Amino acid sequence: MVLELQKPRPIWQIMFSTHHTDIALLYTIMSITFLFMGGALALAIRAEMFAPGPQFIADSMTYNRIFTVHGTNMIFLFILPFASAVGNYFVPIMVRYKDMAYPKLNAIAFWMIPPAAALIWLGFADFGWYGQPPYSMISAPSPAAEMWIFGLKILGVSSVLGAINFIVTILKCKHPDLPLSKVPLLGWSFLSSSLIVLVAIPTFAAALLMLLTDRLGVTGFFNPALGGDPIAYSHLFWFTFHPEVYVLVIPAIGMMYEIIPRFSRKPIFSHSSGVFAFVLLSIVSFASWAHHMFATGMSFTEKTVFMVGTLAAVPASAMHTFNFLATMWGGRAKYSTPMMWAVGGIALFFSAGAGGVVNTAMPLDFITHDSYWVVGHFHLFVFGTIAFGSFGFLYYMFPFITGRMYNELWGKVHFILVLIGAVLVFFTQHILGLYGMPRRVFDYPPFPAWIEMNQIQFVGAVLLGVGMTIFLVNIIYSSAKGKEANMEDPFGLGGKYYYPYQAKTPHHD
Amino acid sequence: MSGHSNWPEWIYIGVVVALLVWVGAESWNIERMIDHVPENAEVIKVTGQQWFWTFEHEDGTIEKGELHVKKGVPYKFEVTSKDVIHSFNIPDYVVLMDAVPGRINTVWFVPVDKGEFPIQCREFCGLLHYNMRGTLYVQDGA
Repeated sequence: MVLELQKPRPIWQIMFSTHHTDIALLYTIMSITFLFMGGALALAIRAEMFAPGPQFIADSMTYNRIFTVHGTNMIFLFILPFASAVGNYFVPIMVRYKDMAYPKLNAIAFWMIPPAAALIWLGFADFGWYGQPPYSMISAPSPAAEMWIFGLKILGVSSVLGAINFIVTILKCKHPDLPLSKVPLLGWSFLSSSLIVLVAIPTFAAALLMLLTDRLGVTGFFNPALGGDPIAYSHLFWFTFHPEVYVLVIPAIGMMYEIIPRFSRKPIFSHSSGVFAFVLLSIVSFASWAHHMFATGMSFTEKTVFMVGTLAAVPASAMHTFNFLATMWGGRAKYSTPMMWAVGGIALFFSAGAGGVVNTAMPLDFITHDSYWVVGHFHLFVFGTIAFGSFGFLYYMFPFITGRMYNELWGKVHFILVLIGAVLVFFTQHILGLYGMPRRVFDYPPFPAWIEMNQIQFVGAVLLGVGMTIFLVNIIYSSAKGKEANMEDPFGLGGKYYYPYQAKTPHHD
Repeated sequence: MSGHSNWPEWIYIGVVVALLVWVGAESWNIERMIDHVPENAEVIKVTGQQWFWTFEHEDGTIEKGELHVKKGVPYKFEVTSKDVIHSFNIPDYVVLMDAVPGRINTVWFVPVDKGEFPIQCREFCGLLHYNMRGTLYVQDGA
């Protein structure tokens, strides 16, 4: 246990520690804090959009800044650090090594993030998390834009350092008796996502630098007046960020691979299918980036190539879904809080993927592109899959980390409120997109259908806010005053709790 | 390898792949037709700038914020921008094409219904992106 609030360690011992469990704790606390800060921005967005006309946000510049920081924060300061938390804690345990390969580098990679976060939050840029030129080059105010650029540069370096650490730990530091093929799927998820990071991130690092020098007037990479092309940025950006979305989702799938077999009291249907699917997804994720750019004036051949590249990734994701369902089939499932989150996450993962197939069907993209459909689609991934998997895993590991149990009833209440809220917000957004409402808009004309759907979303957002508040109170209270957990089997599943290698496959009685 | 039969997984993957191939083939077919601009299309030059649309007809007429077209006539839009990226969008007719400075993108349509239809911007372009709107008027052909 790393968080024993009844026997506190001095705070600076944790802060200066290079031990993987302490760094994991730091990542957890930081990422959950940013989750709530970003969530507050989201609530502000949905409240503002309740009806046409300004509600309480005075002007569109403020609104544009809010959605920019919301998106940037959620991806870089919640999802990625939370995955790092899980990886840092469990990868050394899973490969039976004493720590990460480079403990000091690990600490450095963590501590780069707070200054980068400060740059992003204090800058409060206004150009959307893509940073697309020419707007981000000629129209976006200083110093917000430069602070965003530097913040993201630092975060990119942190990601790469973390990726190096995971890859070396898994490949080079694993126990000699443990073949790579027997490393748990959660471990494989960190290997895959780290390899993607190494290949994908440098391209965006280049794009950031080019954007900065363009802003300074030194270069004209993206400036047509100087012979450049704004679409070049789009290619560089999406070459990184399409694979990056797989970096975001793959660890969450890995977390579900921990929860589903354990709570189904049945082994994974096919460990090797899971490995194959992760590796295939990592490779194919690089073949689809320009599906984000179908409306930029690409040729028919270009669009076809990227449609095929996108479709090619779907079977790999489908393999994971099959693996989960086949694992549950014939098992003796216990629907404790972690299992509810994992199963809910699978259902929303499937919905997100189905919507994605619509987007990649070239002609259909011209209906959905840059509308609220897209907003609903990606939120079903980042919230419906990744956050759901993350919450489930956090509940699952709560006894491991704190030695106490969270309140099970309130955990289930959290799930129900958030599931209903997520459906009300994100499924409605799909329909709103089909009705033509663009994204990134401060206000909208008083079309009755648009007003209705925005109001439904607001109700959903309130449910999300209430559910998440219950979650925060539950985990904080329980870590100090929760009932002490039965560390052998805190969830009463029958079979040892401690993963990964101390427990054999969970047994049916 | 797990010690049980794998055939359900293979069947499942087969079904998934077949579905995706069907989606891909249909999309390829339809997009091929959409990408082919009719020869007799009347050209309208569309220029987006912060934060309004300008339309120039073949005969030199300029319209700002409003576009008048004739029912049943194919029109080809040549879309560009004067400053940042915008996106020309008539949602009711699924007309959508980015307005990028330094290049001209092409999209076409045939308005088949008389009436008034919204025109909007579909790419974030700053302060008044949300209000970069216009109206398409489809009238009986001359």
